[in-house]
This record gives sequence, structure tokens and C-alpha cells, in this order.
Amino acid sequence: MWKFILQLTSFRNFYRFSGRLLPWLGGITLVLFAIGLYWSLVVAPIDYQQKDSYRIIYIHVPAAWMSMFVYIVMAVSGAIHLIWKTKLSVVIANACAPIGATFTFLALVTGAIWGQPTWGTWWVWDARLTSELILLFLYIGYMSLYSAIEDRATAARAAAILAIVGVVNIPIIHYSVDWWFTLHQSASISVSKGSSLHPSMYWPLMIMATAYKFYFVTVLLQRTRNEILERDQNANWVQEMEKQL
Amino acid sequence: MKNSSLNAFRAMMYRDFTLAMRNHSEWANPLFFFIIACSLFPLGIGPESNTLERIAPGIIWVTALLASMMSLESIFRSDFEDGYLEQLVLSPYPFTLLVYAKILVHWVITGIPLILLSPLLGAALHLPTDGIGLLMLSLLLGTPVLSLIGSIGVALTVGLKRGGMLLSLLVLPLYIPVLIFGAGAVDVGLGGLDVSGHFLLMGSILILAFTLAPLATAAAIRVSI
Repeated sequence: MWKFILQLTSFRNFYRFSGRLLPWLGGITLVLFAIGLYWSLVVAPIDYQQKDSYRIIYIHVPAAWMSMFVYIVMAVSGAIHLIWKTKLSVVIANACAPIGATFTFLALVTGAIWGQPTWGTWWVWDARLTSELILLFLYIGYMSLYSAIEDRATAARAAAILAIVGVVNIPIIHYSVDWWFTLHQSASISVSKGSSLHPSMYWPLMIMATAYKFYFVTVLLQRTRNEILERDQNANWVQEMEKQL
Repeated sequence: MKNSSLNAFRAMMYRDFTLAMRNHSEWANPLFFFIIACSLFPLGIGPESNTLERIAPGIIWVTALLASMMSLESIFRSDFEDGYLEQLVLSPYPFTLLVYAKILVHWVITGIPLILLSPLLGAALHLPTDGIGLLMLSLLLGTPVLSLIGSIGVALTVGLKRGGMLLSLLVLPLYIPVLIFGAGAVDVGLGGLDVSGHFLLMGSILILAFTLAPLATAAAIRVSI
């Protein structure tokens, strides 16, 4: 098992392995999105208070979950890079940043669109919204720090440190709705307490969340592969591949 | 060895103090910025005392935060440029300890003057007398955090030619919790509510930053050199 993982950290092996995985991941993502979107937007019952507008949770909630999850993946691969100096973890961390920023942006925008009919306002300065906004700034800071430093190795280590420092924001976002009494409702679903959502609304949400996860992995692998090709463009295995094309 | 580390810590503080005292602009400019920026708000918003009273804690906190951020580069920039920082990393003393000394000096020369000056600006912005004590206490707990978190940002950008804008992009998001609780404590106190929760939270943020930030700063300096 360890040997397999260690072999995967080489660019070439990772490229081959992920190439075999990608069609499957992409296929599963498409199927899950098709099922999830149909179930959540058409089949799931109407909320008696919010009518159809509640359906945006199927886009909004998974995006918000992913915004935090991607950040943790980014920080962990940054830490792995600092500790074991693996090249692959830098590439993964870099690939995470724009995806995570997009999820965060999506969560903020869908939240604003949902806020208009339910709260009567696009934006409030409440703890969860503000901390999610900080998360977006952290992603942007990561990307601009990485691109500002010319030397790749230095940039990777500096950005990894920044990512690790930013992790303090993740528990703040997660618990903000419990710690402060604010406009944003507290979590309806938790690992310890189970779900307060009705099963007919809970299951489509779970499928959408899984679809988002698969989408993330698919895009992450694709971005990682692109950067691997770019970094290793002068290596033998890439040159050989080019000849075969 | 332990004793000599302490000596190195003291020597580091002494050196940075002396340098700051000889170079007046290092501690005076952030202070003047603080005063000028605060006095812009009444000009922009209008002199009505009840409006100003309402927003005074926020104004003072935001400008204190910006003043602290503008002075951050002085922690490491000149030492980086003349190679002194490299020698510090190579020295036999624990580098994190020396970083602690530098951050502490930065707080003493930029943070404490801000705290001492804040009653004057509070009074100028019609902040009630009860609020001034709260404001000073919140700044006392908050400004060290600004220096501590800021030092990470400077350490990451010190190797860059034009790191100023990037520094604000990196540091300001991390400042936001301090700002929320600092200005919030004064608001809550003026509203007649219990402020202990805000101050306890600020204290815990301070302890967290104090224990962890210099480690990150030292690691970042090693990367930047």
C-alpha cells in the first residue's frame, strides 16, 4: 500500500494513474448531477413556507461545504509539501485554490440570491457570511502570493505557510452559526445529531453533495495533470507522449 | 545555553529599540497617519456629534489597524535588505525567540503609542467617557495580535520588491476577527451590556496568536531568504 502511494507521488505515475481514473470520475459526476438536479429541482416536495425558493439549498449548501473542504485539502497538501517536500503536493494545493475560490464565490452568490426572498436583503454582515467572505479573500491571497514570488520552490513554501495559517478561519465559519445568534440559520444536518431535514429533502441534498465532491476530484485531477505536463514538459516521458500524438 | 538565549533575546530587543528611537519616522509616521486618518472621518461624514459617537469605536479601530499594518514592513524589511536577517537565521540562538523580540519591539513602538493616543481621538469624536476606557482596553488586547499576525504577512512578502499591496491582501482578512471583537466590545459596553465575553475572546485570540504566530513567522522568514 505504502509503496503504491509513494510511487504515485512521481509525476509520471500520477499522470498515468489519474488518466485511467478520470473517465470514471467524470462519468459518475455527470450521473450524480443528473439524478441530483432532477430529484432536487423537480421531485422533492415544495417547502410550505419558502415555496420553491428553498430549492437553492441544493446548490448553495454543497458549495458552502466544499468551500471549506477544499481549503482543508489545500492546507493539508501544503503541509505535506513543507514536511516531506513532495513535488506533487504543491501541484495539488495550487490546483485546489481556484476551485475552492469558485465554490466560495458560488456559495456567496447563491446565498445572496436566496437571501433576497427569504430575509428581504441580498447581504447582511452576519458572522457566517462575513467569515465565508474572509475565506474568499484567503483563497485570493494564496493565489496572489504564489504568483507574486518568481521562484517556484519559494512560492510553493510561502503559499503553503499562508494556507496553514488561514486554517484558523475554518472552525470559525463552521461554528459561527452556533456561537453567534445571527440571521443565518444554524446547521440542519450534523454528524453527531443527525438531520432535521425531512428525508424527501435530505436525500437529494446528499446526492448533490456527493456530486459536488466527485466534480471537485475530477476537476482537481484535470488541473493537476495540466500543471504536471507544464512542469515536466522537457522530461522524456512527456516528449514521448507528444510524439505519439 | 538557555541563559545565553535570553541574553540574545535582550540584545535583540535593545538593538531594535535603539534603531527605532534613532529613526523617528519609524514610530512617528504611523501615529501621524492615525491622527490624520481619524480626523478625515468627521470631515467626510459631517460633524454631528451623535453620528460620530455612534461610529467612533469603528473609526478608531479601523484606522489603528491600518496604521499598524503600514508600519509592519519596518519589522523585517531593512534587516532583510542589508543581510542582517540572514545572519540571525544562521546564529546559534533559537530564531523564533529572536522573532519574538522583534515583534515585541514593533508592538511597543507602534501599538502602545496608538493606545495612549486613542483617548484623545475618542474625545475628539465625541466618544463618551465610559467608552474611552473600553476602547483602550480593547486596543491593549488587540494591537499585539495585529503585530503578531502582521509579522507572518511581512515575513512572507519580505523577499518581494513591491510587497506592500500584497501584504495588505494577506493580512487584512486575518485582522477581521480582531476588528469585530475590538470595536464590538466598545459598542456592547456603551449599550450597557456585559462586555466580558468580548474581552475573553480577544484574550484567547491574543494567546493563540502569541503562541503560534511567531513560529509561522520564523518558518516564513526561512522560506523568504
